[in-house]
Amino acid sequence: MSVLLDKQTRVICQGFTGKQGSFHSQQMIEYGTTFVGGVTPGKGGQTHLNRPVFDSVADAVAKEGAEATVIFVPPRFAAAAIIEAATAGIRLIACITEGIPVQDMLAVKRQLAAFDCTLIGPNCPGIITPGEAKIGIMPGHIHLPGRVGVISRSGTLTYEAVEQLSQTGLGQSTCIGMGGDPIHGMNFIDALRLFELDEQTEGVVMIGEIGGADEEHAAAFIRDHVSKPVVAFIAGATAPAGKRMGHAGAIISGGKGTAEAKFNALEEAGVSVEHNPTLLGKRMQALLA
Amino acid sequence: MNIHEYQAKAVLKRFGISTPSGILANTVAEAVAAAHDLGGDIWVVKAQIHAGGRGKAGGVRLCRSIEEVEQSASALLGATLVTHQTGSEGKQVHKIYIEQGVDIAHEYYLSLLVDREAEAVAFVVSPAGGMDIEQVAATAPEQIHSRAVDAGTGLVDADYAAMIDGLGLTGRAAKAFPVLADALYRAFTESDCSLLELNPLIETGAGELIALDAKMAIDDNALYRQPDLAALRDTDEEDPRETEAVQFGLNYIALDGRIGCMVNGAGLAMGTMDIIQLKGDRPANFLDVGGGVTVDAVCEAFKLLFSDRHVKAVLVNIFGGIVRCDLISLGLLEAIKTHPMRVPVIMRLVGTNEELGKQIIRDAGLDVRWATDLDQAAELAVAAAGES
Repeated sequence: MSVLLDKQTRVICQGFTGKQGSFHSQQMIEYGTTFVGGVTPGKGGQTHLNRPVFDSVADAVAKEGAEATVIFVPPRFAAAAIIEAATAGIRLIACITEGIPVQDMLAVKRQLAAFDCTLIGPNCPGIITPGEAKIGIMPGHIHLPGRVGVISRSGTLTYEAVEQLSQTGLGQSTCIGMGGDPIHGMNFIDALRLFELDEQTEGVVMIGEIGGADEEHAAAFIRDHVSKPVVAFIAGATAPAGKRMGHAGAIISGGKGTAEAKFNALEEAGVSVEHNPTLLGKRMQALLA
Repeated sequence: MNIHEYQAKAVLKRFGISTPSGILANTVAEAVAAAHDLGGDIWVVKAQIHAGGRGKAGGVRLCRSIEEVEQSASALLGATLVTHQTGSEGKQVHKIYIEQGVDIAHEYYLSLLVDREAEAVAFVVSPAGGMDIEQVAATAPEQIHSRAVDAGTGLVDADYAAMIDGLGLTGRAAKAFPVLADALYRAFTESDCSLLELNPLIETGAGELIALDAKMAIDDNALYRQPDLAALRDTDEEDPRETEAVQFGLNYIALDGRIGCMVNGAGLAMGTMDIIQLKGDRPANFLDVGGGVTVDAVCEAFKLLFSDRHVKAVLVNIFGGIVRCDLISLGLLEAIKTHPMRVPVIMRLVGTNEELGKQIIRDAGLDVRWATDLDQAAELAVAAAGES
């Protein structure tokens, strides 16, 4: 088993015929993903990468039974693309696009509440179930089917953790990149809930970073509801205050938002925190030995 | 993107929000003329820099005569202000804003921001206005009240009531507050703000509410649809290295350590900084070259690192997914044509076109120290920085 995505999941791409969409769709196909087509308005009826192109997500759902989508459309159209996918009945939406205005994401989150779907991202690497399927931009070859679930706010730092898990032979059940934007879809708790229920997943590596309070909320959830071992790293212990967070943004969460506060919250919740991002694999290996 | 106080107040005025009468001045003569035009017998001369804490640093001066306006203007223009938000190097004052004095009965704090937990725009209010709000948060958190707004309905009666109560407004000011709050909410959402802070918002003796100070930051992601606001960017206020980096699509932040870093991805860039500190040294910068990086941009990034005199070693950490390792190597070769490799360079290249990237460096005969993983790379960089 794995979470959210497997070999049978029927995947499409929005922004299919663009440069990024084409390149990564090809990679997803080569990885073995059940990739059934793509959407580019105005190009419906054409064929691209040996897959059908549709004018709308609704068409792709009707004709190919699409159930998951990966979005590469430019920032100014991305919010509408997410809503289009949800409205058409897509259950898993991975939005790779970086640079969506935060007001647009606030509106997206409000509208998505009416649909039974999972949004991953935006500004994220996507999701991969090693050996089965990938929806996103992560390099497939570093992954190994295995025992550890990965949930992260970072892209490349996730690859770092994944490589370590592969080298130790533990491998990964499913890896989810929740993205670096302040307003985003799936969060740590959503993923931890799925990993806790998943038989294949024996432990979870979570990678957070400074800002917001997602990690603090995750810590409380782990303390009360997660029985599997969790290893956590928080990026940004050396990041200067105020550079990325607004001045008033730091006030509303009090002492929350610094790497130190997040490490502390996780440690108090019984999480195995690791301050060296190159030791995450070994740390998990010791816990699962 | 931050904008100046005088610019933020102009935006607020368009939404019907009261601010004191004021005129921008670039010279002492303009400041004196502004005071005459404004009239009255009290003026405030305010340094226009992108940092809070100006008052304590002497950047806001109350003047009771035209002569005092002239003295304040000549003291401030060209001066360097150091506040708790500027860093020790401070910020030079290029512009000043002359305002008419206002009769202040009470000072309050009010800001709007994007509350990540509530996933909504939220008001933060406090009766403790005109002070460093971070200090209030630390010493008297019960004086700070936050109220998230449901975007579906906008502000409702319960929101106004909670904030009026939180601020302690009574009488005319309490009556005036809902209209002000609506205008601020519109200004925030329609201008794609990430922060709008009035510290202080004041109540006059007559019970009027006036934005005495205004700080506004615009969501960088939304600048494409806010051309009027985007035009307000003042590059004098930015670190020139950061401004230059932005032009090449690089995300660069100057820090005070001595190991220059070049990384792909924000999380890995922070992780690289963190591990340098774990190994006992300090990073000179945060640098994420991004996913769509070109040879030119990589070249520019290396030039930035090599021309920084504080940098004693450069650590390149690339986990190539979208980014190709060969492109990083080509960028280095291009950069050293004009900026010699004056410090040791430690490279860790993994992922897409890894072998090609290494081959390019070897073929060029460059003296680069190779690391197989990030831990080793950090150790080599710390050791190399210690050699010089």
